[in-house]
Amino acid sequence: MSENRSLVSIAGLSREKILYLMEMAHEFETHPNRKILDGRIVATLFFEPSTRTRLSFETAANRLGARVIGFTDPKVTSSTKGETLKDTIMMVSNYSDVIVMRHYLEGAALYASELTPVPIVNAGDGAHQHPSQTLLDLYTILQTQHTLEHLNIYLVGDLKYGRTVHSLIMAMRHFSPTFHFIAPKELAMPAEYKQYCQANGINYVEHEDFNEDIIAGADILYMTRVQRERFSDLMEYERVKDVYLLNASMLAKAKPNMRILHPLPRVNEISQDVDATPYAYYFQQALNGLYAREAIICDVLGISLDDIRADKSYLKF
Amino acid sequence: MVAAIENGTVIDHIPSDRLFEVIRLLRIEELDHDTVFIGYHLKSRVMGTKSIIKIANRFFSEQELNSLAVVAPNVTLSIIRDFEVEAKFRVELPHEICGIIKCNNPKCICNNEPMPTRFIAQGNTVKCYYCEKEQELPAVKLTDDLGKA
Ligand SMILES: [Zn+2]
Repeated sequence: MSENRSLVSIAGLSREKILYLMEMAHEFETHPNRKILDGRIVATLFFEPSTRTRLSFETAANRLGARVIGFTDPKVTSSTKGETLKDTIMMVSNYSDVIVMRHYLEGAALYASELTPVPIVNAGDGAHQHPSQTLLDLYTILQTQHTLEHLNIYLVGDLKYGRTVHSLIMAMRHFSPTFHFIAPKELAMPAEYKQYCQANGINYVEHEDFNEDIIAGADILYMTRVQRERFSDLMEYERVKDVYLLNASMLAKAKPNMRILHPLPRVNEISQDVDATPYAYYFQQALNGLYAREAIICDVLGISLDDIRADKSYLKF
Repeated sequence: MVAAIENGTVIDHIPSDRLFEVIRLLRIEELDHDTVFIGYHLKSRVMGTKSIIKIANRFFSEQELNSLAVVAPNVTLSIIRDFEVEAKFRVELPHEICGIIKCNNPKCICNNEPMPTRFIAQGNTVKCYYCEKEQELPAVKLTDDLGKA
């Protein structure tokens, strides 16, 4: 099955492939509405609900002219009646040209990609991988900084369980970044990712404080949720929960090019007064998810950048 | 000592606490016709205590024998013909290990689907091919349905 063009993990993507997908996403930013997937069927199998991710993928498919089939809630499918993932994938493979799947088990998308010649797009497998989120993060960084090289990227909040920040580190290994890890002790960046940085020549600095002097050095401030249920010690949660909240007064010394990202949904980690500052970029980031997912769906279907550049179907809109 | 065999395979220097896993790995309980001698908790100069298995008239594939490296990396294997040691060698941990090790991540797909597990060996650790969780080799548990790879 070497022909399988599935996207299951960010770890395997080369620098060239990442930049190629960025260029593709840029074509879709310029012209998001096309007929390039006319007649194709995209299946979205959400074995666990994730409304945002599903809407983003389904919008991407619809804007390219594909039809969408699928399910969201495991209660309405036979997976709760004991059907194996294999049987579900085999069945849906008969109907669709590409399968976008989200699953609560880790490694589910990789396994699915071994079962079928239909390409699989991993829309999240448990705490493991969520490559479309990473690609939209990269696209947003490139869009705001006009480069991916030598950036100072500050990751804030839950760095222990946050799979988006882990994947971002892996994807950025090609571009000589300096990371700053800003987290409470209990949610600090795990040793395995710090080892990964060392092994890949990535500079990093760790902080427990979060204030305007620290923020002053950032090109990208990537905020994540600090969730109560991640703490074994609730006293510790009460102590740190307000330390990693960002408000507009903390941006006084920020660099003019600095932009704030967040995978959304936010709870209270970014105060509403930040939204009106020129640094807030999380809503545009979410929109970039559409372009990144249009690129991903085309790429796994074997549609190339040249095909997209030659496509003039957007003129009909 | 354990009786000599005329033809077959001898697996020596098995850590005693791994004996029953070696028996499971080679599916020795399924060999109905051949004689098997098992020496358990024998005194050993080097190991303190060791175990040994002698299986008459049975020769294993390299793949079967190398799977022993998962639980007992330092065993010595002897192939016996006419009461003589025809060949003696050590096991080698394969780069990829299928259907033997149980993933210790309960949220891994391989613990929730009827599928063989798959691990990649890296020195003294093994990494699940599916969920990428790593385990130290001495701590691994074996799958419940060994050998269905
Ligand atoms: Zn696993």
